[in-house]
Amino acid sequence: MTAYIVRRIWQMIPTLAGVILFVFFLFKYFGGDPAEILGGLLATPEQIEAIREQLGLNRPVLDQLWIFLKQIVTFDWGRSWATSEAVRNIFATRLPATLTVMLPILGLEVALAIPLALGVAYVRGTLTDRAIMVLTTVALSISFLVYVIVGQWLFGFYLGWFPVQGWSDSFVVNLTRYAVLPILLAVMVGLAPQLRLYRSFFLDEIGHDYVRTARAKGLTEKRILLKHVLRNAMIPILTNVAIVLPGVFVGSFLIEVFFSIPGLGREVLLAVNRSDYPVIQAVTIYLAALTMVINLIADVLYKIVDPRVVLK
Amino acid sequence: MSAILPTPGDAAPTTRSPGVWRSAWMRLRQDRVGMVSLAVVCAFVLLILASALGLVAGDWQREIGVPYAPPTMLGPDRAQTQQIIETPKGPPIDLSDVDPLAPRYAEWKERAAKFQTTEIHKADTLPLGGDRLGRNVLAKAIKGAQISIFVGVFAALLATLIGTVLGAVGGYAGGRTGDFLEWVYNVFTSIPDILLIFAFAAVFGRGIETVVLILGLAGWTGMYRQVRAEYMKHRTREYVRAAEAIGVSHLARMFVHILPNASHVILVRLSLLVVGFIKAEVILSFLGLGVPVEQVSWGTMLAEANVELILGKWWQLAAATAFMATFVTAFSLLTDALRDALDPKLR
Repeated sequence: MTAYIVRRIWQMIPTLAGVILFVFFLFKYFGGDPAEILGGLLATPEQIEAIREQLGLNRPVLDQLWIFLKQIVTFDWGRSWATSEAVRNIFATRLPATLTVMLPILGLEVALAIPLALGVAYVRGTLTDRAIMVLTTVALSISFLVYVIVGQWLFGFYLGWFPVQGWSDSFVVNLTRYAVLPILLAVMVGLAPQLRLYRSFFLDEIGHDYVRTARAKGLTEKRILLKHVLRNAMIPILTNVAIVLPGVFVGSFLIEVFFSIPGLGREVLLAVNRSDYPVIQAVTIYLAALTMVINLIADVLYKIVDPRVVLK
Repeated sequence: MSAILPTPGDAAPTTRSPGVWRSAWMRLRQDRVGMVSLAVVCAFVLLILASALGLVAGDWQREIGVPYAPPTMLGPDRAQTQQIIETPKGPPIDLSDVDPLAPRYAEWKERAAKFQTTEIHKADTLPLGGDRLGRNVLAKAIKGAQISIFVGVFAALLATLIGTVLGAVGGYAGGRTGDFLEWVYNVFTSIPDILLIFAFAAVFGRGIETVVLILGLAGWTGMYRQVRAEYMKHRTREYVRAAEAIGVSHLARMFVHILPNASHVILVRLSLLVVGFIKAEVILSFLGLGVPVEQVSWGTMLAEANVELILGKWWQLAAATAFMATFVTAFSLLTDALRDALDPKLR
C-alpha cells in the first residue's frame, strides 16, 4: 500500500509539471501584456517599463519560469493586480464561504440521491420509473440559471421566506440564514442528474450473477437491493463523488454570483473579468494539484471498500 | 467432393446484408420517441437556417413595441392614470399680451412645418411580449437559438476534431507518441473544467468565435479517451493487418480503414457534446464572458430576464427557457435514440 502511494505521488510530478507549464505559457504567450494591464490606460512608457522590471518580464523566459515556480512552492503570489489584496489572503478568506455552501450541497445530494435511485431501481421498467426518467430529462434540459433566477425570485422576493442575498461574519448565521436558499436550490437542481446516474449504477449491478444467485436462494428483492446491490454500487458512486469533489472549491460560482456570497468561485470570475492573472493562475494550479490528490485518495478508498481491488 | 462445394462462378446471388448506417437508420425508424425528437431538431435546424439567411428574425434589434409590451394573449397594459393635477375648468385665459414668447409662435410653427415627422406607431402587445426596449421577444428567441445552437455545434465539432485526431494518433501509434498524448490528456483532465474555461476566457477575450474556441479546447478530452480506446481495439484486427499487408500507408489505415468503424462512437459523443456546450454557452453569455452585447443568445436573454422578473415581466424568461428546453430535450432524446440505434449491444 505504502509503495503504491509513493509510486502514485511520483507519477503526479510530470502531470503537475505539465499543468504548470500549460498555465505559464498560456498566460505568457496568449494573455495580454501584464505591464499594460497593471499600468492601466494612463501609464507612461517609463511606468510600464518600471513594472516590467519589477515583475521580471524583461528577463529570459527560463528565469521567469523559475520565478513562477518559486511562487507556487512558497505560496507567495504577491498581490492581486486589481485590488492589491495578497493572493494568499484571498484564498484564506474566500474559501470558508464556498465550503459553507458547497459541502452541505454535496452531502445532501448524495444522501438524497442514493435512496431515491434505489427506489427507482426497485420499480424499474414500470410507468413510475419511465415517468421519472422523462421528468429528469426535461428537468435537465432547463438551464441551471433558470432554476436559480426563478427560485431566488419566488422564495426570496415573492414569498419572502429567505433573504434574497447576503452574507455575514458568523458561520452559524450564514449556515442557518443566508446559505439555506442557495443550498436548497442547488440540491434541487443537482438531484436529477445524480438520480439518473445512480439508477444506472444500480441497474448495472442488478444484471450481475450474484443477484441471480441471491434470488435463487429466495431472498426478497428489498434485501437484495439494500444488502447486496447497494454495497457493490458504492464503488461507482464513490468514483463519481471523487470526480465532483474538486468542483466543491469553485463549482458554486453561479450560486455565489446570484446570492452575493463572497466565495472563491465568484472571486475567480471577478479575476477573469479584471484580467487579474495571479489569482486565476494560483487557483488553477492548486486545484489541479488537489484534484490529483483526491483521485489518489479515492483509489485508496476503493481498496478499503472492495478487498478485491488490487492496487497496481 | 467438388459436387458438394459450389464453384464460385455459379453461386446464387446472395442478398447483401444492410450496412451499419442503413440498419441503424432502420432501427431509428422503429423508435417513436427518436423520430419525434428528430423532427423537432430538424424544425429547429430549418428555423436557424432561415434566421441565418435573414428570412426570419432579421429585425430583432428594431424597437417595434412599447417597452415591456406584454404578450398578445394577455392584452395591452392598462393605461396608467397619473392625474395629479386637476384639469382646469372654465374658459381659457388669453395670456398673449403678457407672454413674452407670443410674437414668435407663428414663426416657430412655420419652421416646424418644414420638417417632416413620421409618427411611429409602437405596438401595445407583441406575440411573445417585448423587452426593456420594446424589441420582439419572439424574434430575439429565434435569433438567440441561432447563436446558441451555432456555438454549441461548432464547439462540439472543434472538440471532436481535436479529440478524434489526437485519439486516433495516440491509440494507433502507441509508444512514445501515445505516452506523450496521455500526458497532455492527464494535464487537461487534472484542471477542473470550469477553471480551464475561465483560464482560456481570461486570455482569449470575448466574442462568438472565442466561445467556440474556448469550449472546443476545454472539452476534447472525453472524445480523445473514447476514440483512443476504439483505435487500440481495432489496431490489431485482421482487416487492419490485411490493409497493412497490401501496403496501405499508416495515415490511410488510420483514417480510411479504422475511422469508419469508430464513427458511430464519435457521432454519439458529438451529440452529447452539443448539448453540454449549448448549456455552457448560455452560462458564459450570462456571465458576460460569451457573446458580445450587440448579439443575442439564450444566455444574454436570461441575463436580462433576471432583472425583469422583479418588475413582473416574465415573458422573456419564459420564451428563452421554453425554446432552450424544447431543443435540448429533443436533442438529448435523439442522442439516446441514436446510441440505441447505432449500438444494439448496449440495449
